[in-house]
Amino acid sequence: MKQQKWIRITNCENIPLREGRSLKIGECEIGVFNLGDRFLAIENRCPHQGGPLADGIISGTAVVCPLHAWKIDLESGAVLKPSDTTNWLHAFETRIEDGIVLLDISGLETTRSEEEISCSLTPQDLETQKTAT
Amino acid sequence: MTSKREKLVVVGNGMAGVACVEQVLHHAPKFDITIFGDETHLNYNRILLSSVLAGEKSADEIVLNGLDWYEKNNIDLKVGVRIVDVDANAKTVTGDDGSVTKFDKLLLATGSLPLIPSIEDVKKDGVFVFRTLDDTRSLLERARPGLKAVVIGGGLLGLEAARGLQVQGCDVTVVHLMDTLMERQLDATGGGYLASKMNQLGVTVLLGLSTTKVLGNGKVEGVEFKGGGSIPAELVVVAAGIRPNVELGHKAGLEVKRGIVVNDYMETSHPDIFAVGECVQHNGICYGLVAPLLEQGKVLAATITGNKGPTYQGSVLASKLKIMGVDVFSAGEINEKGNDSEVIRYEDPSMGIYKKLVLKNKRLAGVILMGETADSHRYMEWLRTQTDLASLRRQLLFPEPTTDAGLDVAQMPDRDTICGCMGVTKGTIIHAIHEKGVNTLAQLKECTRASTSCGSCTGLCQQLLKAVVPEFQEEVKRTICKCMPFSEDQLREMLRSQQLKSVQEVLEIYGNGIGCEICKPALSYMMDMLWCGEHEEDRSARFINDRVHANIQKDGTFSVVPRMRGGVTSPTELRRIADVAEKYNVPMVKVTGSQRIDLLGVKKADLPKVWADLGMPSGQAYTKGVRMVKTCVGTDFCRFGTQDSTSAGIELERRLENLFTPHKVKMGAVGCPRNCAEATVKDIGLIGQEGSWQVVVGGAAGKSVRKADLLITAESTEQALRAAEIFFQYYRESANYLERTYDFVERTGIEKVRKETVYAPQAMQEALLDRLHKAKALSYDAWLERETPKTTSQFIQIEPLETVLA
Repeated sequence: MKQQKWIRITNCENIPLREGRSLKIGECEIGVFNLGDRFLAIENRCPHQGGPLADGIISGTAVVCPLHAWKIDLESGAVLKPSDTTNWLHAFETRIEDGIVLLDISGLETTRSEEEISCSLTPQDLETQKTAT
Repeated sequence: MTSKREKLVVVGNGMAGVACVEQVLHHAPKFDITIFGDETHLNYNRILLSSVLAGEKSADEIVLNGLDWYEKNNIDLKVGVRIVDVDANAKTVTGDDGSVTKFDKLLLATGSLPLIPSIEDVKKDGVFVFRTLDDTRSLLERARPGLKAVVIGGGLLGLEAARGLQVQGCDVTVVHLMDTLMERQLDATGGGYLASKMNQLGVTVLLGLSTTKVLGNGKVEGVEFKGGGSIPAELVVVAAGIRPNVELGHKAGLEVKRGIVVNDYMETSHPDIFAVGECVQHNGICYGLVAPLLEQGKVLAATITGNKGPTYQGSVLASKLKIMGVDVFSAGEINEKGNDSEVIRYEDPSMGIYKKLVLKNKRLAGVILMGETADSHRYMEWLRTQTDLASLRRQLLFPEPTTDAGLDVAQMPDRDTICGCMGVTKGTIIHAIHEKGVNTLAQLKECTRASTSCGSCTGLCQQLLKAVVPEFQEEVKRTICKCMPFSEDQLREMLRSQQLKSVQEVLEIYGNGIGCEICKPALSYMMDMLWCGEHEEDRSARFINDRVHANIQKDGTFSVVPRMRGGVTSPTELRRIADVAEKYNVPMVKVTGSQRIDLLGVKKADLPKVWADLGMPSGQAYTKGVRMVKTCVGTDFCRFGTQDSTSAGIELERRLENLFTPHKVKMGAVGCPRNCAEATVKDIGLIGQEGSWQVVVGGAAGKSVRKADLLITAESTEQALRAAEIFFQYYRESANYLERTYDFVERTGIEKVRKETVYAPQAMQEALLDRLHKAKALSYDAWLERETPKTTSQFIQIEPLETVLA
């Protein structure tokens, strides 16, 4: 298991209730969502055509992509609709400390230079994700 | 078959009496029948009075037997006559009009009277009961928004009355003597669920309070409780129960206890006098529900016609609360007694679901269902037949999942009851379908009476029709989505009558508490249409376009279309647009089909700056709202122009801009029938001709192509604009979300549209205009949010507090 890497993101108030906001860590765009009792975060790229998920409408623990209404589960990163899709997005762990949202970005791996970070996951990461769900 | 016929006199024109007469008509010999009713109405469905009070049904809609039924069956109906005396020896009845009528057989179906507890000054003006259609009308006359109403009694009737009054806008409190609402039908847990649901709906519930006095000087001002507390009230409804109306039983010298005593053949102690319904007592029990009346009526019809044989063995008590959105069903003995009772429970507090089964000796003794009552018929059947449930233990609370919608009903045996109220079995319905050619729900109701009473079996009847009649077309009740079991018509009415002003609140009270991308924007629209900004706008329930007032593109950037009324612009404006396009590196500048200019590829974070630099209002090109009025140059420049279409179009756009609509509204105004701006294929079009305008609606030239229908020909420009405004508001209030005018007009029919808009009574037209103008006054240019954003991060990307050091 990879060691967790927590970073402080923003004040909770900056993400309105039941809405999402995007942010960038290196090259990777992440959507963070306020579900009222907690925050959830996934890659901000719909597996379909790259739509900005943070702009979507939240339905329970899922978000609906604003481009073509694909539905993505925010807890697991799994595509719920269309149901025959097996794509996954990386879901980031979150926690709240002193009114600040924190994100575990250990799922991101550094590529090429140290500053440039992309969202590609290692094969092991994908394995753990699938078996965990 | 002539004058030899015996004379049957029925006292009581209610559900029990008339249902029994319906059964009598099936038998031989035939009678000459006279029915007396002290109410002045035809036989109506008393259990739907609460729907009348709640405005869901009109008085006409609850009539069970119309005048034609009485005529067809040669029944002499005397309404408004109260029978005050019975002479059992002379075999006559005397009416309060002095008339004396002879009978050979007498049927007493006098029903019950409201039970009035001993409360001091209960006769004050403003104290009502809730038992008849006239009572309901009096309540409706008195009810008005803000009126403080107190309902004494938290049983079925009291709660339905409370809800009805609350829907009429009253501020309602239910005062109940016991600690549990509907304590005869529910246990403490169930009562708790119900109380919290009533609270959510906005009805205050006070438990364990005994009302001792009605306060006020002449008129009701409040009620006082034992122990001294009191609450204010301007209207009081006493719904503390019913008592059998047995006065005539006494007069006739019959054996009377609590009710008129009848045996298993429904005979009283006099051989030629019979009784049925709520006024009788059978085996020690007086029933106050509809199903027993009908079962009794069947038996009595056989006895009275000399076909004695069938016996009445008592009924399983079952009740269903008829409040929209509050599903409560209870049947049988719901309190566990003794050691041999087993109780099975299921609770899901967040969904408001509570189910409880009481089993005795492997058989069902009682059931409570709250929040989910769809399979109540299953439990009724188990109660009636006393099925051994040993082999069904795993499916007691939830039926086995069915893959085919028709399967559940297909599996039922023919003898199973589908309609508990009218006692109609599956076999009877199948027979009606095969033998009498029934293939719609309306025909089925007419033929078998199934689904004509409480309506809870309508779904089953439809399933059965679907399974048996291949060409059956379901009478579609289009629910908005899976989150809420209501159609948009119902939702609009609920939002309006209950003053619901937050999307989340509606979802929590009436839906699954979650919502989805379909219902949330629809509810958002309804709120805006009804409360025009005087509500708590929930941006999270709206599509991204409506959160940032621009149209999202495939790459996540946005397009910006400023308003350019009537398609008229100026060199200065064009220069500004050009400057903006260069300053923000706009990848494409395009003239749209709506005579406007589109800046495509703007970044979300740049939107407020772009709007500020443009200095033009939002063109609403991204939303379900007023798009534009496309115009031709009309009399200004065109040598063929007959009307000033440019000015008219600009004025129309000004009057409607910034408002939201069920779907986008594109308009056009042309100065002559050459129709250069294509007004005949717009949602609303003004077509100028010599001396008048044609106002047309419901046109389309998109996915569908439809020529608009003529709404009205207007003599002046002002009249034409007014007609357009009236139609516009009518569409806003009546169409479903995402329904374009071409679908709406097609569905409604232009005749009806005309009748309800430009040919409606003047007051209705004014009312539509008033609501439109009120909404318009509260609307605003969305792009002004550049100065006062809705949230700190409305347009920006979050900047993480920490950067990553790998």
